[in-house]
Amino acid sequence: MHELSIAQGILDIIRDEAEKNSIERISAVRLKLGKLTAVEPSSLSFCFELITKGTLAEGARLEIETVPITGRCAQCGREFTLEDPFCNCPVCQGLKIDILTGREFYICEIETDD
Amino acid sequence: MKVSVVRNILEANEAIAQKNRKLFKEKGLFTINLMSSPGAGKTTLLENTAEALKDKLRMAVIEGDIQSSVDARRIAKKGVQAIQINTDGGCHLDANMIQNVLAHLDLDNLDLLIVENVGNLVCPAEFDIGENVKAMILSVTEGDDKPLKYPVMFRESAVLLINKIDLLPYTNCKINNIKKAALKLNPKIKIFEVSCRTGEGLENWYKWIRQQTKKK
Repeated sequence: MHELSIAQGILDIIRDEAEKNSIERISAVRLKLGKLTAVEPSSLSFCFELITKGTLAEGARLEIETVPITGRCAQCGREFTLEDPFCNCPVCQGLKIDILTGREFYICEIETDD
Repeated sequence: MKVSVVRNILEANEAIAQKNRKLFKEKGLFTINLMSSPGAGKTTLLENTAEALKDKLRMAVIEGDIQSSVDARRIAKKGVQAIQINTDGGCHLDANMIQNVLAHLDLDNLDLLIVENVGNLVCPAEFDIGENVKAMILSVTEGDDKPLKYPVMFRESAVLLINKIDLLPYTNCKINNIKKAALKLNPKIKIFEVSCRTGEGLENWYKWIRQQTKKK
């Protein structure tokens, strides 16, 4: 539901970066999105397309790389990927898992055909 | 040509949230961002809290709703200053909206500021507004599967109030299922079982608030 304001945030950042790097048109934006964020990729893509109309990023591809949830068992130290935030440790069945990744939400690269 | 960027997409919000947080700290103010789905009992909790604490603490409330000033009027009736923000369709409050209304509050003469976020179990958890803690309410009538379905808010909140426990006999909700799942997601989460209608359990919540404001 909040993907439109997020798409606006993305546009603000890429405009700023384009200016810094003297880029006139943006053809692709790559971002990382952790599975533990409440952001829906298809909705974000739709809003991005909508909001970039008439801007330097019109028609740009939004490439969203999903970052899996990984954690470390506080009991045995094993690191593993969690299918959902409720997984137990697959080795010792430990319940307390420290989350390592899954909260990422950042732009990593922009691309131009210039 | 590719340009490496690495910038947090929510950076604009986070920058303002940090400013708000710094200001709250300077003023010695304890701030709570209160979240839940619509109808879980946020405003009723705040009405009770206002009544119980207004003579012990200097408090104010910011009300976030898509439309109307119904909630701010309810709080004002209890003798506590309440400011209404209408998001006009927006599903959450952000740091900028909070910053914009702070001028209406006498921050030097406040101990406690509670922000009631827009009723929504998803989006508000993603946006830092500069609060000290996020607190959330889940009412037993919503069902004990909610931590499984909406994990982000349970993970982000420091406090979980399980409300409407007076209605437990009329639901299939098992409080232990809520607690187990919430603690799994967030082992440090502090849980209060309350009924804002009967007042049961609210003393613990008030006590917790008073402890937090004393730390400031």
